[in-house]
Amino acid sequence: MTIWEILGFALLKILVIVSIMLLTVSYLVYFERRISAWAQNRLGPNRVGWEGILQPFADVLKLLLKEDIVPYQANKTIHTLAPIIALFVAFTTYAVIPFGPTINVFDYSIPLVVADVNIGILYVLALTSLGVYAVTFAGWSSGSKYSLLGGIRSSAQMISYEISMGFSIGGVLLLAESLRPLTIVETQGQWLWNAWIQPIGFITFVVSAFAETNRLPFDLPEAEPELVGGFHTEYSSMKFAGFFLAEYANMIVASGLIVTLYLGGYNIPFINIETLGLPAWLPVLIYISAFLFKMAALLFFFIWVRWSIPRFRYDQLMSLGWKVMFPLSLINIIWVAALIMIFNL
Amino acid sequence: MSVKRREKDLTLLEKIYIPEIVKGLSLTLKSMFKPKFTLKYPEEKFIPPASYRGRPVLVQEKDGHERCVACGLCSRVCPSLAIEVQAAETELEKERYPEKFEINMIRCIFCGFCEEVCPEEAIVMSKDYEMAFTNREEAIYGKDKLLVPVEQLQDRIDFLRKYK
Repeated sequence: MTIWEILGFALLKILVIVSIMLLTVSYLVYFERRISAWAQNRLGPNRVGWEGILQPFADVLKLLLKEDIVPYQANKTIHTLAPIIALFVAFTTYAVIPFGPTINVFDYSIPLVVADVNIGILYVLALTSLGVYAVTFAGWSSGSKYSLLGGIRSSAQMISYEISMGFSIGGVLLLAESLRPLTIVETQGQWLWNAWIQPIGFITFVVSAFAETNRLPFDLPEAEPELVGGFHTEYSSMKFAGFFLAEYANMIVASGLIVTLYLGGYNIPFINIETLGLPAWLPVLIYISAFLFKMAALLFFFIWVRWSIPRFRYDQLMSLGWKVMFPLSLINIIWVAALIMIFNL
Repeated sequence: MSVKRREKDLTLLEKIYIPEIVKGLSLTLKSMFKPKFTLKYPEEKFIPPASYRGRPVLVQEKDGHERCVACGLCSRVCPSLAIEVQAAETELEKERYPEKFEINMIRCIFCGFCEEVCPEEAIVMSKDYEMAFTNREEAIYGKDKLLVPVEQLQDRIDFLRKYK
């Protein structure tokens, strides 16, 4: 492949993924509202279009038409920069998550991932840490007490949960012996998923992912009752929408990561579809839909948890992070190491 | 200062959190499939029970006359001074009838005192809750809007006879 072909394919993949992500984000907001309504015996938005299916577009239009207010005390540059960082981090992290196996089209062999880099997991860890800056900058530059508190909380929370997140990934890396997401998916095989091999690591990773994406029960940075919205109190119009988009995009990235690292990526258990003798294009589609199905299930789980579990108190959050999650993720590493030693996995 | 221990001693199973979280999640999942309380309002309308206190109306007898004898008790008892009655004489057996009966629906607070005090069961609370006006004159309901045939109010009258 020439450099132009590589660039062309990369651009095509980026275009497809970004547009799918934007669409998914807007529909996630819709489903969040519908599911929350169902959980509370309500109906939820069902007016715009059939069963409210056009609601996201109405929401976006409304946000676009709102006045963009920057507080007098705010640091204008950083105030504008913060939502951009948030969006940038949320969308670029997805680049290394594979959503299907390598496909062969017209002599080209294309891996179904935007950037097939061999340090993918490291890249994810680096970028998700950058996400803290968005929230902290937003809180600090707004010139408001509540925003500042939200920003400080979020930086403390994200730093402490990143540790347990990193250590839980350690277990996965020990088994896969690689930082490349595609290799991690391939080593998990059909049913030997990391979620079964290291359930403790799976749980700690999922909990940390909730904390990293600022989702309930860990949404202290934007706790409405105490902080009137937290870091995005002073944001309006499209800047606010930027944070909103970033939060949901982060959810997509987190569920994509969980699927890749622990739930076998695009693999399907029990059925070996390579041997079924299907036309060549069908298995790829099945793999991609398997990945999307797992992701959708996880996204539903994210929303479902939000409407079931109340928010943690701040000290509870910290003690859970440092005294429970961190030791558990260490135990997980020892467990995986012992498994490798005993069974030569 | 003595420190009061507020937390309850949790069993090990409760301390692990996860079974409890699963319990909570299953509860919300169950309620997702329950019938919904919300109505799709303009299409589906709420039909209130007989105990509902909607717009106060005058009972219209089968012969077309109002039951009201214009004693003025309702307008005396009305806490928000929403009712205005002007009596006049009539050839009918009841001898008096309201020449003018007006309820200002901006003032009305739907307390139901008028209905409670009425000796003739002539003013009752209906099930009507859809009242919207674009100006204040419209909000003053005269006899034309207040008179409702007795058949439509029968279950409220039955309710009053049973519980008042």
